[in-house]
Amino acid sequence: MLQVSIYRYNPETDSAPYMQEFQVDTQGRDLMVLNVLELIKEGDSTMAYRRSCREGVCGSDGMNMNGKNGLACITPLSEVVKNGKLTLRPLPGLPVIRDLVVDMGLFYKQYERIQPYLQNDEPAPAIERLQSPEDRDKLDGLYECILCACCSTACPSFWWNPDKFVGPAGLLQAYRFLADSRDTATRERLSELEDPFSVFRCRGIMNCVAVCPKGLNPTRAIGKIREMLLANAT
Amino acid sequence: MSNMRSLSFDAIIIGGGGSGLRAALELAKSGKKTAVLSKVFPTRSHTVSAQGGITCAIASADPNDDWRWHMYDTVKGGDYIADQDAAEYMCSEGPKAVFELEHMGLPFSRFDNGRIYQRPFGGQSKNFGTGGQAARTCAAADRTGHALLHTLYQNNLKNNTTFLNEWYAIDLVKNANGDVVGCIAMDIETGEVVHVKSKATVLATGGSGRIYASTTNALINTGDGIGMALRAGFPMQDMEMWQFHPTGIYGAGVLVTEGCRGEGGYLVNKDGERFMERYAPNAKDLAGRDVVARSMVMEILEGRGCGEHGDHVYLKLDHLGEEVLGKRLPGIVELSKTFAHADPAKEPIPVVPTCHYMMGGVPTNVHGQAIMTDADGKDSIVGGLYACGEAACVSVHGANRLGGNSLLDLVVFGRAAGIFIESALNEGVDYLEASESDVDAAMKRVTRWNESQGGESVPALRAELQGIMQNSFGVFREEENMQKGVGQLAELRSRIANAHLPDKSGAFNTARVEALELDNLMEVAEATAIAALERKESRGAHCRYDYPDRDDVNWLKHSLYFPADKKVGKRDVNFAPKTVDMFEPKVRTY
Amino acid sequence: MVTNITNFGRSGLSDWLIQRVSAIILAVYTLFIVLYLLFNPGLDYATWSGLFAQTWMRIFSLLAFVSLAAHAWVGLWTVTTDYLKPTGIRVGVQTLIILAIFVFLVWGIQILWGA
Repeated sequence: MLQVSIYRYNPETDSAPYMQEFQVDTQGRDLMVLNVLELIKEGDSTMAYRRSCREGVCGSDGMNMNGKNGLACITPLSEVVKNGKLTLRPLPGLPVIRDLVVDMGLFYKQYERIQPYLQNDEPAPAIERLQSPEDRDKLDGLYECILCACCSTACPSFWWNPDKFVGPAGLLQAYRFLADSRDTATRERLSELEDPFSVFRCRGIMNCVAVCPKGLNPTRAIGKIREMLLANAT
Repeated sequence: MSNMRSLSFDAIIIGGGGSGLRAALELAKSGKKTAVLSKVFPTRSHTVSAQGGITCAIASADPNDDWRWHMYDTVKGGDYIADQDAAEYMCSEGPKAVFELEHMGLPFSRFDNGRIYQRPFGGQSKNFGTGGQAARTCAAADRTGHALLHTLYQNNLKNNTTFLNEWYAIDLVKNANGDVVGCIAMDIETGEVVHVKSKATVLATGGSGRIYASTTNALINTGDGIGMALRAGFPMQDMEMWQFHPTGIYGAGVLVTEGCRGEGGYLVNKDGERFMERYAPNAKDLAGRDVVARSMVMEILEGRGCGEHGDHVYLKLDHLGEEVLGKRLPGIVELSKTFAHADPAKEPIPVVPTCHYMMGGVPTNVHGQAIMTDADGKDSIVGGLYACGEAACVSVHGANRLGGNSLLDLVVFGRAAGIFIESALNEGVDYLEASESDVDAAMKRVTRWNESQGGESVPALRAELQGIMQNSFGVFREEENMQKGVGQLAELRSRIANAHLPDKSGAFNTARVEALELDNLMEVAEATAIAALERKESRGAHCRYDYPDRDDVNWLKHSLYFPADKKVGKRDVNFAPKTVDMFEPKVRTY
Repeated sequence: MVTNITNFGRSGLSDWLIQRVSAIILAVYTLFIVLYLLFNPGLDYATWSGLFAQTWMRIFSLLAFVSLAAHAWVGLWTVTTDYLKPTGIRVGVQTLIILAIFVFLVWGIQILWGA
């Protein structure tokens, strides 16, 4: 029997959140955390969480599992359970809508703020824009982000200033476009980022790197943005 | 009813996957008042799981490539019930749509000359099947769907598309004339039910793989658009045609791209034999998906399956080397380690054919307009209703879709629907407004669930439905078993009609969403079952023991399932492409 | 872009650069003082004040003081914006910090040149 403790909150019935205990029979299988939630939901249909692809590419089921952010669908119990106990909480630092579902509004707003789309003021050719494999390689480790928010909600700087600090996820995408040889808005993008909050609130804590379920490295991208800002301004 | 809030749009697009976002982008650019209504944040849609690529004759790998060759492959792959005017449109417009994606920023992998990387996929040929294997699938490593979906979402942000994220469409609203004039939808975050009025309603709701117990599909793929259209009385086309992808990870169902075989991987049985050489001597592991899936099941049934129970085969990739795997198939390496506990660089991946794609759907023309047939069997247009992507049956995939054609389908026809709706709106659309009773009709089932007092639980009924479909409507089908399945489904339908929703709360009530989804699964499953029973032949993905041959005399036709009387009719396949000679049906070998 | 008027260099980049350059100056100054103390074990007042009587040492010390002031302001400003969310309290504390830094700076200059 696996002992699972889950953060519960229903705004319509609960005045305050609480932790609820469940006993789950895993039949000795090394299930994913998402499977455990599904088993619990079969018995208690009120349990709310997001899920979609169940294979770690859609970014729906980011949550805090035994203290560490990650995706429930690709986190096996063997990796996360300590002393037969599993504690599930919503992603920290964002308002809770219900149970494990958080309001991602602030997170998405920061993503939108970095203008996450290619900008190129030259007329498009009749075929594709050419890009050398070396230039394309620069996007590896950047474009794979799934917007699960595990990184930004593990970042103390984002907790303190979610309205002003872009956060690791948004900055990774900011660099994805700065690094793209096809993008011509580098100067404008940089000028949007040079204030003391957007990028510079990063203190290099590297929680983002520790939790990213896709193995990406936002801290490195932030360092690269700083280098570009410096090169641009001096 | 009168106190229900309503929203008005020129066009409402239900579904935020690839086709919905592509249609929305077109409409947002036109300045029409458009909204995308999606039950998940758009980048969580199932398009994100597409791996291998988007097939299109952009003449990068082969400068002499020709969209007509692609069209030939598509028509042949679909076992000749793909509409040839639609296949022609998709293959000829494709390059434009792919280049647009690249201009939007999609991070395609590249060849040394800077052009988009293309890899070989199943069923691809040069020179109308005579020039050997082609490499026509444009790829961003093995994360093409992810890259495509994010690019489309990003460009919708750029063009200020309105999003109703985490809203769930419940049912279509029809006016007294039978035109679709909007839908009833629920804001999942609050539980508020809203009347969404629109001059054009686009079903871009994707597939419904969750009718099967084992599927590569996301948990959200519950055929919501198909369910809504069926309840509104509209017919569905070719619903018996379900693609079983050869390589779903054994046990987990997670997809392993055909690109693995495109890059040189192959399937082996328990003796280590590359068995596809026996079934498809020329194309081998890159034959059509239906052919490969059947061959795998044959191997397993004849006792040459792998593992303790001999119930799967192996996909061998280790000979490709870590560098190729890391560069071209990094996502597969990750998925295999996570879900099969196998490092493809060292050991083979256990795989088994797994439900993957719905070739059928809402019958449409190339502009995305939904079609129904009148009493004489003639096509007529449904006012106000459009469909694109997997939810639609244009039909470009016929009885079996080729790998990489789904992403092309959704961008080409999402775009086409957007372009057409813009011009239709410009010309002026004037439908009768829905009456209160029209709206009530669309509210019926959500009201039913909300008032349910007791009955069986949703997860149990869903599992039963998935079991029936898995057992009776899988890779191989047969009359008696399907009869049994149809009977079981009929009985299940009445039980679902009395099932219970215990949680009546408003805020983010996922139990209510799952209950509403179950209704849709039921609709799709029954349409599939009845159409499958009716088509007495074997064609493409529909393979029957009792009718092992293709029957072009009786069944070179689309099937058309009518929900009102649960009868199956036939619709002519289009054999009149505009700029090329039609492809005559031939015996399909690889 | 997030706009603000109370940070030191008016841009995150210059703040960041100031923080790093001032840190280097402070590190060098500290290292110098430590080494000086190590190599002069029986240090008496005359030697110590002799060191500070030299112009280069006064300029070096002034540079370190100014660096310390800038470094402290950038750092403490950041801390106040992280933890003090009500604007009134934050501005009040920031004013006090500026005042304190100013006093310490003037005092330092006085000590260096006042002897």
